[in-house]
Amino acid sequence: MKPAFSVIFLTTFIGAGQGLFLAYYSAEWLVMLELLQPASGDYSVLAAGISFLLMVAGLVASFFHLGHPERAWRAAAMWRTSWLSREVIALPATMATVLAYFVLRYSAIDFQILTLGRIPVSLSTLVGFVALIAILVLFVCTAMIYASLKFLRQWHSPLTVLNFFLMGTASGFTLATVLAVATAAGPFGYFSAMAIFLTLAALVSRWSSLSRNRNLRSPSTLQSAIGVHHPTIRQMAQGAMGGSFNTRAFMHSYGPGVVRLARRFFLIGGFVLPVLLLFFSNADSLLICTVALLLQFLGLLTERWYFFIEAEHPQNVYYQMIS
Amino acid sequence: MVDRNPYGADPTGTFFNRVQTFEVGEFPNTQTVHFPKSCLHCEDPPCVPVCPTGASYKRPEDGIVLVDYDKCIGCEYCSWACPYGAREIDEQQKVMKKCTLCVDRLYDESLPQAERKPVCVLSCPTSARIYGDIHDPESEASRAINAAGGYQLMPEWGTEPANHYLPRRKVNIAVHEEDLQRVDNPLRKEDRGQRAPTTRTTLDDSTSW
Repeated sequence: MKPAFSVIFLTTFIGAGQGLFLAYYSAEWLVMLELLQPASGDYSVLAAGISFLLMVAGLVASFFHLGHPERAWRAAAMWRTSWLSREVIALPATMATVLAYFVLRYSAIDFQILTLGRIPVSLSTLVGFVALIAILVLFVCTAMIYASLKFLRQWHSPLTVLNFFLMGTASGFTLATVLAVATAAGPFGYFSAMAIFLTLAALVSRWSSLSRNRNLRSPSTLQSAIGVHHPTIRQMAQGAMGGSFNTRAFMHSYGPGVVRLARRFFLIGGFVLPVLLLFFSNADSLLICTVALLLQFLGLLTERWYFFIEAEHPQNVYYQMIS
Repeated sequence: MVDRNPYGADPTGTFFNRVQTFEVGEFPNTQTVHFPKSCLHCEDPPCVPVCPTGASYKRPEDGIVLVDYDKCIGCEYCSWACPYGAREIDEQQKVMKKCTLCVDRLYDESLPQAERKPVCVLSCPTSARIYGDIHDPESEASRAINAAGGYQLMPEWGTEPANHYLPRRKVNIAVHEEDLQRVDNPLRKEDRGQRAPTTRTTLDDSTSW
């Protein structure tokens, strides 16, 4: 498949935004359960704000993918059958709940609404819980857009959903680590440990999907594609001397060297180096953490680019030779 | 239905229907297969359920898979979902387009009954294309599929295309010597000593312009 850059930015941005919210919201609960020391100052306002802005950035990027962005509202119609439609509903819903959480925290109109055992739960925490559910649903919807296409064998796997979740949360926790260092507030140790753990988990998961895809063969052959069961078939003409949508949209023009380089870069830059940098950083090393974040973000953008390159569309068997 | 840069260095286009050519076998025992390729109007079209707006739909009454150009947002998701590559974006209108089976002709009562067919079927000079309802076992299409063993493309995906392809017919032509060389060839009679010798000077040889 040809990489769709707006989609690459959309999925990477919203993944980081979702992960960032999960990082701060999970820390909030750990503080409430007295498993973490309460932090100095309410940092969750900043985190929720940045998480919201990342999702806005993703949404803006997604509009560049559409031929008719003014009709985008129509895309909510077919949520019963289409994962894309479900994402179109889940993304604004997630943004709305994250924004509501941000507003409640920022304006301090928060109040205690119920108690769980002996833990007081405020309205914002309850709204945050709704946001948490929305974020998890959004991860599934986003990944299922790709994983549900059974013809694209490289995407049609539960590993796709796991990858999207782990990479999104990993980058979100890395971003949370940087924010914790920059604002000198928030549980640096928890964030960096989780960032390291999730990045390693994402590496294992992505590595499994890479090795799964390496030996994957499409069940479609030239024989089944044209229904002539002879071992030797050679294409003589594809119906047009110039290109067509079929050659533009489903094939990429990057050489194997570039693709190999990209794979190495995202494996090392997106996963290995951030883990090492975070491992050797402390609550004062802003530069190291920022470098880790930027490397990981570039790595994950490259990963998403590679995700498209990796997928082999069955229609390509019809377009092997111009003449 | 537009092309891009049609007369420029790198032309590229949109096609409802293309005819591809394949060579089957090893030289010299090869055969050429011409292979027309358009939307196959699947019984279970994978492009329809993925559409987020409902612009892609399969008509319940006749099974034709169509795109509502006023609802399509041009997200290209359906083109990812079609294993045959039948769907293409229209670069000017920015909506997905595909073969409509000439749905405008099929129900046009101003046309004579015989012409209410897709144009590709009507225009095929050798009548290689057959149009009919494959759910009706008595239709011309169903009879041809049943008689000749018509098959579907990429059956491994379970899309159940309505468009079937008929296998190549084996044609054995017995060629006899007298078919190539007529026994009563009048030229041969003239040959017998009556043709002018080629060494004689012709008009061209004796004339200078």
